[in-house]
Amino acid sequence: MLQESALDVFKIREDFPILKRKINGNKTLVYLDNAATTQKPISVINAIVDYYTNYNSNVHRAVHQMAEEATLAFEMTRQKVAKFINASSTDEIIFTRNATEAINLVSYSWGRSNINKNDKIVITEIEHHSNIVPWQILAQEKGAVVKYIRVNNDGYLDMTAYEEFIQSNKVKLVSISHMSNVLGTIVPIEKIINKAHSKGIPVLVDGAQSVPHMPIDVQRMNCDFMVFSAHKMLGPTGVGILYVKREILDKMKPFIGGGDMIKEVRKHDIRYNDLPYRFEGGTPNIADVIGFGSAIDYLNKIGMDKVREHEIDITSYAIKSIMDVRGVTVYGPSNPKHRGGVLSFNISDIHPHDLATIMNDHGVAIRSGHHCAQILMERLDVSATSRTSFYIYNTKEEVDIFIDALNQARRLFKI
Amino acid sequence: MSDDIYREIILDHYRNPRNKGKLPQADVSTHDSNPLCGDEIDIHLKVEQGKIKDIKFEGRGCAISQASASMLTEMVLDKPLTAVKDLAKDDILENIGLMNLGPARIKCALLSLKVLKMGMINYYIDKDPDSAKKIQDESKLY
Repeated sequence: MLQESALDVFKIREDFPILKRKINGNKTLVYLDNAATTQKPISVINAIVDYYTNYNSNVHRAVHQMAEEATLAFEMTRQKVAKFINASSTDEIIFTRNATEAINLVSYSWGRSNINKNDKIVITEIEHHSNIVPWQILAQEKGAVVKYIRVNNDGYLDMTAYEEFIQSNKVKLVSISHMSNVLGTIVPIEKIINKAHSKGIPVLVDGAQSVPHMPIDVQRMNCDFMVFSAHKMLGPTGVGILYVKREILDKMKPFIGGGDMIKEVRKHDIRYNDLPYRFEGGTPNIADVIGFGSAIDYLNKIGMDKVREHEIDITSYAIKSIMDVRGVTVYGPSNPKHRGGVLSFNISDIHPHDLATIMNDHGVAIRSGHHCAQILMERLDVSATSRTSFYIYNTKEEVDIFIDALNQARRLFKI
Repeated sequence: MSDDIYREIILDHYRNPRNKGKLPQADVSTHDSNPLCGDEIDIHLKVEQGKIKDIKFEGRGCAISQASASMLTEMVLDKPLTAVKDLAKDDILENIGLMNLGPARIKCALLSLKVLKMGMINYYIDKDPDSAKKIQDESKLY
């Protein structure tokens, strides 16, 4: 039981001060809401404190020493991000506030120039609202259509339907989650991209749930756009990443206008800045971008293949354990190799919010609700699910505590 | 703690809700949901001579939201419609016996009151527009 295969989890836990806190007075925190946001290691917290304590200043402009230090640290993160996902250049890495803003940047900039009346944007039923709403807004404005690839009862995408969709020469974009934040399904992303490219259709990959949990290589994957969020991978909130292939980015119009994204401003004429700064109007989130650099260092030190291995291990254990609890329905693929460390379920007629309240009594933090995926909830014919999601610091002992709490809920509701 | 929340009476109203269903002759029907958790409540009102002659609710969501709605319908049936404007948070929490709900769950308990108040205001806007503004102003926040 105490045997952790891929990672030295107990050593890792020492780096996360928050894991020592108590809930409800005396219950040790069991944090199983990592798909919402992960906890931060002390090195990330220290990097932010260090910036504000020792070299706080704006980036890219002033020539004083602190500004140079801040710019260097800020741009160092860009290099780390590019390397982490194997982008061919730092010019392709744009900092945003979050993954949602990154998708909106694409829909407002690329979308407004490339999507026209009666065009189709293909997404799926597993999308987070962040990968639905921007396209609906664009479609309404342009008179375009959003098409949904169906997900089957086992949590897999209907690839036959997908191949039929993209036969239409009206399809101008495929935008798709690499991994479902509810079902955990990891979609066959390379196959999806290959098929789309054979029709000349670009593909945006929402990597918010995948980049934090597995090795990612955007050149091998050959996606045209990728978005993800720092706070779901040990980093601070307020930092999102947009990767765009150079040849597409070169042709994109700016999204947010203002300082830092320009070279020269005349009364009736503007020359925009070089890539990637052209897309980063205004003072960026300097401290948190620097903090994110430390998060990437931390993950690199562990190794993303090890992260993935650990999550397969703990998810398999959790699925096996929860199947023994009477009244439980588990959603998504049953094969842990086809899914990430996300486990959505319901138990009898206990509403997920009631379950989350009971879990909290035991110090267990889980997510309950529609997970910003109401299209998927409708498809599953449920109003909500409970969700546990794992990361590098979670142990099988914590899964046991969660299962005990689940049984307690069952007793309370007399099931 | 949960032992105090999920008492027999809450589970009873959750599993055997009172006054649940449609009300074909309703004077007013109102819907709202809680974006946080997706709880949904519809309340249908039949008003006669200023009294709530009949009330039915429909909805789905957690035990607290649904039990609270069920208990609220029992509380206001046959009462004057204007009495709804005086109902406040504590009346509801007392009614369901859960005075110590945390901020996240209080919204579940109060959703049905919110819908009922909206229904009352809509009723006056429709039937008695002159006094609707006054009723709305006097209506206590929940």
